[in-house]
Amino acid sequence: MSAQNVLFDAPGPKSRRNILILNIIGALLIAGLIAYVVFLLGGKGQLAAGKWTPFLEGRTWEFFLLPGLLSTLRAAAIAVVTSVLFGLIFGLGRLSHVKPIRWFAGLIVEFFRAVPVLLMMIFLWLALGRSNLVEDAPFWAVVIALTLYNGSVIAELIRSGVQGLPKGQREAGLAIGMTQMQSLRTIEVPQALIAMLPALVSQFVVILKDSALGYIIGFPELLQNARRLGVGEGNLLQSLLIAAVIFIVINFALSSLATKLSTLLSFRSKGRARDETLDGIAAAEPEGTLSR
Amino acid sequence: MDNFLTLFETYNVPAAFWVNIQLTFWAAVWSLVLGTLLALMRISPIPSLQWLGAAYVNIFRNTPLTIIIAFGVLGLFGQLQVSLTDDFNLNFFRLAILGLTIYHAAFVCEAIRSGVNTVPLGQAEAARAIGLSFLPAARLIILPQAFRGAIAPLGNVLIALIKNSTVAAAGSVAAEASSLMKTMIEFRGDLVIPIFFTFAIGFVILVIPVGLLTTWASRRLAVAR
Amino acid sequence: MRKTRYAAAMAAAAALTLTACGGGGGNEGGGGGGGGEEGGGETITIGIKFDQPGLGFDEGGSYSGFDVDVAKYVANELGFSEDQIEWKEAPSANRENLLSNNDVDMIFATYSITDERKQTVSFAGPYFVAGQDLLVPKDSDIAGPEDLEGKNLCSVTGSTSAQKIKDQYPGVNLVEQPGYAECVSVMGGGQIDAVTTDDIILAGLAAQETNAGQFKVVGNPFSEERYGVGLPKDSDRCEDINAAIAKMIEEGAWEEAITKNTEGADYSFNEELNPPEPEPCA
Repeated sequence: MSAQNVLFDAPGPKSRRNILILNIIGALLIAGLIAYVVFLLGGKGQLAAGKWTPFLEGRTWEFFLLPGLLSTLRAAAIAVVTSVLFGLIFGLGRLSHVKPIRWFAGLIVEFFRAVPVLLMMIFLWLALGRSNLVEDAPFWAVVIALTLYNGSVIAELIRSGVQGLPKGQREAGLAIGMTQMQSLRTIEVPQALIAMLPALVSQFVVILKDSALGYIIGFPELLQNARRLGVGEGNLLQSLLIAAVIFIVINFALSSLATKLSTLLSFRSKGRARDETLDGIAAAEPEGTLSR
Repeated sequence: MDNFLTLFETYNVPAAFWVNIQLTFWAAVWSLVLGTLLALMRISPIPSLQWLGAAYVNIFRNTPLTIIIAFGVLGLFGQLQVSLTDDFNLNFFRLAILGLTIYHAAFVCEAIRSGVNTVPLGQAEAARAIGLSFLPAARLIILPQAFRGAIAPLGNVLIALIKNSTVAAAGSVAAEASSLMKTMIEFRGDLVIPIFFTFAIGFVILVIPVGLLTTWASRRLAVAR
Repeated sequence: MRKTRYAAAMAAAAALTLTACGGGGGNEGGGGGGGGEEGGGETITIGIKFDQPGLGFDEGGSYSGFDVDVAKYVANELGFSEDQIEWKEAPSANRENLLSNNDVDMIFATYSITDERKQTVSFAGPYFVAGQDLLVPKDSDIAGPEDLEGKNLCSVTGSTSAQKIKDQYPGVNLVEQPGYAECVSVMGGGQIDAVTTDDIILAGLAAQETNAGQFKVVGNPFSEERYGVGLPKDSDRCEDINAAIAKMIEEGAWEEAITKNTEGADYSFNEELNPPEPEPCA
């Protein structure tokens, strides 16, 4: 963050005092707002101990939150693997020198990047439910919808990663007698993968977050289970809040990992999956966590 | 085929898309405002504001949108009795816009920050050299260039917003596209595939021009360096 | 508090099993006999709601509610003890699919018998006749749908109850939520004047420990929903299930189950229509 100092002079004694005063006023305002909200919620009985004590009971975690978290993680883990595979196949397809393959891959990738994940989930859920293909329709609807969307995003990442590599890499490959595909597979894509690792990890955050859309189609993931717990205990708000905190903690850990990776890897590879000027004014952070 | 077309007489598909477009428009305007404010906080000289901006981004960027929207109805409306208008149904529409705004502002903030990254250090140094303090420097020198550099990522946020407007379904806005699709499929399960493609192509038609336009604009408006 | 309710549910379940087993032993050659062979070491899969307090509700490892109690009784009569039952969630939108794909053997999930549904699935029963009604705060003076003009009403997104109100009473402000429990939660906050759906569902919600004493069912039903047991089209269990339901009603276990699951809700079922006479099997 030190680069930020170029935006302004180091504050002198007078501005330091002003900043301190403003800080105090700001903190008081925020504290006041929080107190007001808490007071309002208290008036509605939302702070009653009975609404919170269920979270201290083993039963709550054993039957609702942990199984929910587990199915969230299970769906996300499967979707991560399948979307990387999908991304590799269609990313390579978009880089193919055979025109029809390139067009087909481009069509698929552009289509699934444009369709809302929720729309795909609802469609897959109802369509799979009608057919006799799978037993657990909501689960597969979530996994497949996440794969199609995130796989397409990863395909784009791979394409931009390969295109971001210096031309010399491919030329060197061709010069030692490799075919285009060999050069892609053994030289360019591995480098692109390393360069896009931070963006890839950020994409996992998107997968994890979007798995919560399964709530709308009744997939018993963390949010849905929290809702059921809240229905039973009469503490919907509190349950959803706890679910939100769990999501934030996991996703924040993943996002931080992505940031770490991007600084670690910034000198490792010549390629850049994202066009970011690292020596700009604000500290660089991957902005790949942009959902959908 | 006739069967399929009569569905459009029963259900008003364009009206559902119009709801999503309105949600997107208002949420885009407000999240641009809030996001710019947050970006200013994050690059400002005041540590507490930097911290606040970062905390906001880290919290809302990592929360599933579904939870934020559900909280709008259950928490803000249900318990805190927040009312954004006297019109009962419009209230949920506005609460959904609020939820979409809160979530996407975090991404707008990061997009603008990535735009700030494209501004060379010399610009900020020059601004200081001619005696501009932080706010004038940001307003006159940094942000105008940053916005031009941030068009592509902002376009991505807008595309995400268009698609995420379907999540308003979780917030009692039942007239939007994904809810209508669900109703239509439940009513005519035999037409599940044509119904899905109708809606999917509707979104493709909305999203692709935005993508093309922002790519064009980001090239056109890029600051030559 | 939480634990006591859990324990009570367990005790009630255990008691039900015990009495049911005792009954089974008493009339060996009776109705249970035929199903007895079928039972053996097999299991039966029953579809219920998991999120409908008082009807079918996941208590965390065990299930409670009126639908569940009827299902247990019927399964027992068919020769399946409680640990031979495999419970499966049957959300409204998926009930026909679960049956036609043979993912479940029977469904007890507030499943109204309609001619439309009869085209794809079979029904036994009905075992209860519900009616659309209103749940209002204890001190409310709303007495029926005609009092709803300008009031805020909550129902589940896309449900028939919501649609009916929209069509008949355009002056009502309708909030659509993912579940009735959300509606009740918002009504607890004072933003909603009434929740509408079938009376027994409302009673189940009002009977929840956290809601006890806050709400009342108006008791002026304005529709007739006959809850049946959903069966796959080719099922041959219909006759046996109807006999089991008749026996449950006769023994008093039926009324007991209703009373137990709606306790504290200030609710009494529609006695003109209940207990229902099972329809002849198709």
